[in-house]
Amino acid sequence: MMKALRLPGRALGGFDHGVHPPHHKERTEDLPIQRLPFGSRFVMPLGQHIGAPSVPVVKAGDAVRRGQLIAGPGGFVSVALHSPVTGKVLDVGPHRYSDGTFREAIAIEADPYDSQEFEGAPIDWESLSLEAFIGEVQKAGIVGMGGAAFPCHVKYSLPEGTRIRCLLINGAECEPYLTTDHRLMVERPEALLHGAEIVRSKLGAEEIVIGVEKNKPDAIEMLQRSIGPGQPVRVVPLEVKYPQGAEKMLIKSIFGVEVPAGKLPRDVQIAVNNVGTIVAIADYFQKGMPLIERVVTVSGPGVAYPANLLAPLGTPIRDLLRFAGGLKEETRQVVMGGPMMGASIADLDAPILKGSSGILALTANETGRPEERPCIRCGRCVEACPYFLNPARFARLARARLYEEMAEKYNVMDCVECGCCTYSCPSGIPIVQHIRTAKDYLRSMTRKEK
Amino acid sequence: MTQKDPKLLIQPGPQLRQEMTTPVVMRDVWYALTPATLAGIWFFGLGAFLVLLASIAGAVLVEWFFSPQEKRRYFLGDGSAILTGWLLGLTLPPALPMWMAFIGGAVAIGLGKTIWGGLGGNLFNPALVGRAFLLATFPIAMTTWTAPGDFFSIPSSVFALPLMQGEVDALTQASPLGLMKFAHKETGFFDLLFGNTSGSLGETSGLLLILGGVYLWWRRDLDWRIPVGILAAAMVFSSILFLIDPDKYPGPIFSALSGGMLLGAIYMATDPVTSPLTPKGTWIFAIGIGLLVILIRVFGGFPEGMMYAILLMNAVTPLIDRYTQPRVFGRGLDSK
Repeated sequence: MMKALRLPGRALGGFDHGVHPPHHKERTEDLPIQRLPFGSRFVMPLGQHIGAPSVPVVKAGDAVRRGQLIAGPGGFVSVALHSPVTGKVLDVGPHRYSDGTFREAIAIEADPYDSQEFEGAPIDWESLSLEAFIGEVQKAGIVGMGGAAFPCHVKYSLPEGTRIRCLLINGAECEPYLTTDHRLMVERPEALLHGAEIVRSKLGAEEIVIGVEKNKPDAIEMLQRSIGPGQPVRVVPLEVKYPQGAEKMLIKSIFGVEVPAGKLPRDVQIAVNNVGTIVAIADYFQKGMPLIERVVTVSGPGVAYPANLLAPLGTPIRDLLRFAGGLKEETRQVVMGGPMMGASIADLDAPILKGSSGILALTANETGRPEERPCIRCGRCVEACPYFLNPARFARLARARLYEEMAEKYNVMDCVECGCCTYSCPSGIPIVQHIRTAKDYLRSMTRKEK
Repeated sequence: MTQKDPKLLIQPGPQLRQEMTTPVVMRDVWYALTPATLAGIWFFGLGAFLVLLASIAGAVLVEWFFSPQEKRRYFLGDGSAILTGWLLGLTLPPALPMWMAFIGGAVAIGLGKTIWGGLGGNLFNPALVGRAFLLATFPIAMTTWTAPGDFFSIPSSVFALPLMQGEVDALTQASPLGLMKFAHKETGFFDLLFGNTSGSLGETSGLLLILGGVYLWWRRDLDWRIPVGILAAAMVFSSILFLIDPDKYPGPIFSALSGGMLLGAIYMATDPVTSPLTPKGTWIFAIGIGLLVILIRVFGGFPEGMMYAILLMNAVTPLIDRYTQPRVFGRGLDSK
């Protein structure tokens, strides 16, 4: 029997700082994933991942089948796009995005008489070379499904001399309310383990580690029970703390290793993938199904019937909310993603995307910042920042527009915008927003210099 | 069936809000101070209460006067002006003329805070700025300590007309620190613990001050490093002196419980605005105060040194902050 390999410096007491927001997962953590009925109109934005937008290969009037390619990758850091339904292309043009802006998208009208059965065949992954495997993942349109939507195949394309020893699967799901990864781990552990095995063998990693926050004991148990004999898989329970699922924090928690600033997990021989991403990979190689649907948690006190929904991509947010009982009158805000890093939704008719892990309806009890007051230098943000930056200083410098000083003396570019500082601020100062402004400014300056 | 969408809020993340806000923090400190304040009033009588009120009135009035008209409610709403006046009041002698206390409160906010740009901008603890001003201006009244006495008899000096000192008709008595410094007489442990000694009106009851501190710590409003660091440094330093000459120098327990040590360590030095941001800096700040207090008490001209110790460390806080930035995650690792 092959013994699970231990990477150097393992297992050491989590990461420092961070915050403990109430996790609110009780609303949906025990609800099985339900399939959302197909709607009639779907919108697939061309740029729903990080990187170059996809390039359409269909035009208005074309008939498309569910899972058919509708746009190819627009470069290396880009992925393909597939039709979430069988139907007809309405148009290719600007459509409303959840933030209220218009972006290029392909609109598709579902064929009301089609069964919407997916037809596809498994793909023989064992015979694929690493390059061919990477090409397949790009072709399947798979991106990081934890929220960032970074093209997955880019992570697998390693520079010369880099080796991956461990495939780390991120099942922390540290954002409050969200339970999509939780449900996938409970309901589809075999798919997860199978997908993980595919990626592990292709990358030549020695072991698979799955990190799961301790507030999902059923997921931990289910995974442990599903590990086959001899499979080099470890399930590691993690402290419930935000942002446990930030990949560098996850690596610190499990391996005790700090990924150096400006470097990637691969520089410490680790590849990190989200649970949903790995399941998507399994679905592609087992059933030939590209990324055309995903699990979305619809929750929050603003909806009557919270749910974990398996929804076709491109479905209007309104349809998901309607399935969950519609918005209550006291709803003040609808959020796409988790409440810590997610964004306000401006238009409920905008579609859900590959990176949409949750749709949350929040009331005045949870959202809305207190009136902004002067910084009293209490230091709560300093003790919350998992990167050991100085958010109070950032807010002060940003207000004086000393952006260069923020970068040179205080490493503002290391900030991942997890929001711990703003969450912990008793004066209601939008610290992360100041930091985003600074980072945007600094990035545009470096671009200009080039 | 169309139902109108609710009006949706658009804001940058994080969307989740927590309950701790500045006004809540300030109010927590009010609650924490209440027991020790009531004890002070109980021991020193209604006169002490009037002194406290005068100090708060001075602080609030100046805050009101200097805040822009349309934002007055908002400025006063954070409760920090009341707190400043209250803290100042607790450091005053119980028989101080009310008009002096009023001026102290006014100076605390005026010169201690608004002149620096308001809440969050000041370098020095406002309440202590007020006290330093009073001590320099009215040195005699500020060092006339009365013994705890009858609850209803108010010393006539409290009602002295403005610009008048007034006669202290209550029984005057040197404070425990004065007794120690000038007569080498130590006050009993239990008197210090419960507050039945002469001194400022809110500093005498060690037990209740600690109780309030524990409450603040439990509410996470208080950086525990500051009181712990101050008391540890002061006690270690005074232990060393005590071991050298037990007849001349006070012991560590006396040092910790007497004078403004607890009031200063728990409620004044912990003022977030004027203490360092970084955990390491906080330790330096606290230990610096602890050492300075004993240094001033033992070798300086005054029996008490808490106020100057805190003000001195306030002055170096920006410097401490600059040199104690924590190591950023993923930076400065040794390349092994």
